[in-house]
Amino acid sequence: MTALPENTQAGGPILEVANLRKTYGDKVVLADIDLTVSPSDVICLIGASGSGKSTLLRCLNLLEEIDDGVVVFQGEEVSDPRCDRRAVRGRMGMVFQSFNLFPHLTVLDNVTLAPRKVHGVPRREAEERARELLSRFGLADKADAHPDRLSGGQQQRVALVRALATRPALLLLDEITAALDPELVGEVLGIVRDLAAEGTTMVLATHEMAFAREVATSVCFLEDGRILESGPPAQIFSAPREERTRQFLRRVLSAG
Amino acid sequence: MTAAWQPSERELERRAVRRRLALRSRTIATLAVVVFLGVTLAAILGSPGWPRVQETFFSAEHARASFGEIWSGFWRYNVVIFLIAEPLILVLGLALAVARQARSPWLTPVRGLAVVYTDLFRGVPTLLLVMLFGFGMPALQLQGVPNSGLFWAIVALVVSYAAYVAEVFRAGIESIHPSQTSSADALGLSRGQAMRYVVVPQAVRRVIPPLLNDFVSLQKDTALVFVVGVLDGVWAAQDYGNYNFNYTPLVVVALFFVVLTIPLARLTDWLQRRMAERERAGLR
Ligand SMILES: Nc1ncnc2c1ncn2[C@@H]1O[C@H](COP(=O)(O)OP(=O)(O)OP(=O)(O)O)[C@@H](O)[C@H]1O
Ligand SMILES: [Mg+2]
Repeated sequence: MTALPENTQAGGPILEVANLRKTYGDKVVLADIDLTVSPSDVICLIGASGSGKSTLLRCLNLLEEIDDGVVVFQGEEVSDPRCDRRAVRGRMGMVFQSFNLFPHLTVLDNVTLAPRKVHGVPRREAEERARELLSRFGLADKADAHPDRLSGGQQQRVALVRALATRPALLLLDEITAALDPELVGEVLGIVRDLAAEGTTMVLATHEMAFAREVATSVCFLEDGRILESGPPAQIFSAPREERTRQFLRRVLSAG
Repeated sequence: MTAAWQPSERELERRAVRRRLALRSRTIATLAVVVFLGVTLAAILGSPGWPRVQETFFSAEHARASFGEIWSGFWRYNVVIFLIAEPLILVLGLALAVARQARSPWLTPVRGLAVVYTDLFRGVPTLLLVMLFGFGMPALQLQGVPNSGLFWAIVALVVSYAAYVAEVFRAGIESIHPSQTSSADALGLSRGQAMRYVVVPQAVRRVIPPLLNDFVSLQKDTALVFVVGVLDGVWAAQDYGNYNFNYTPLVVVALFFVVLTIPLARLTDWLQRRMAERERAGLR
């Protein structure tokens, strides 16, 4: 049992990735990835479908074995095979594109499962915090419902609350609005916006360019598994250095 | 609020048509059943051998006379054996299924044993297992365990059915979408915790219908204990029949078995309905 970690750590980056490489068989999915995430950073990963955004997030969460490079999380090398993956994941929160809530548990139990079973928080305390979070995100009356009684947007908000319930030092969000109807996207992005404003450290993959421009402290453009260009959103969106970035942005902005 | 809603002319007309159509299909259904039963019964009752068959298999007098014996054998053995064996089978079956999912290197022997167990005991006919356990184990004269044939016959049923039930549970466990385990992993749950809190509860719900099949099958196989000399309902029926040269008791005990499965079927329907309400969500 690990105690709930502090939200941020004094000084130094939260996450440092150097030279990360990931292959599936012969296919190189990620190569030469360097990334530094400091406290309160909001890093947006953009790029075409198949460029490797999800894979990168899964590697950071240790859901995938990497083929080369180093990942250091809160000063600990987590790419070391001896590292305790569970403990590391306990300090990160991840939300997937499809909500992946546990259908047999109520909303409240979905949210309190990890705090109680992984972090040893007593039930009453865990539920108190869960209800607090739920009501902050407009889900107070859904605590005892099962996920199938919720709209897609509500389900995704619950997934966010579930990831936040363990007070993670780093939140990884993988296209969390991609499965939602357009009118539900706003309610989920609103929460991410609030979290960003509070200083939550996040790495998120997204296709919502306007949103990335608004909340990101830094934007990384991925192409074919490489970070082709990264920088503050104003620069990436207004004056991209790379021709490929310009093409990509033209395409998605005219499509959206 | 506008004025109270009134069905339109069109709607009223549609309802009338629907009522007429419903009445028509009910009439047809009733007629079909009556005709079918009528023809079948006429064929049977009119057959030259019927009076003899009725006397040997459907004699009210013999049914009444044998009822008490059969009932006490049926209740004391078939029902009780089922009630004892079924929970044990569920526990052992689930344990075997979960053991096969273990990934820790320490548990490699456990995983191997689970595989061997299912392969072995699913392959041997239950009747043979009952005989082997029922006659063989008491002969060992083990200390501290009962030496009755009945005890070992129950053990044989448990051992045999647990192998089937384990496979049912395994199918259920493997049907849970991997994204559920990913989610559990991402939350920091251990493999064991993911199994216990996420995968197994969903898997169990999913396999209730096939489990019912195995339950019913077990109810019937409780009759196998008669080979080790347990005087169950089937034995009582046979015994009476042999003395009186009449097979009516076999029909009586057959009806007992049918009646026994009905509450089980309804219970399962109910459980399933209740759980299915929650199941659907999650993945899309
Ligand atoms: N398990 C896997 N086995 C083999 N190839 C995979 C696997 N998972 C992903 N890939 C490949 O890796 C590449 C990157 O996939 P990834 O899911 O990371 O892309 P993405 O940027 O998230 O795309 P999208 O925007 O569509 O979500 C793709 O070419 C994909 O086909
Ligand atoms: Mg993706």
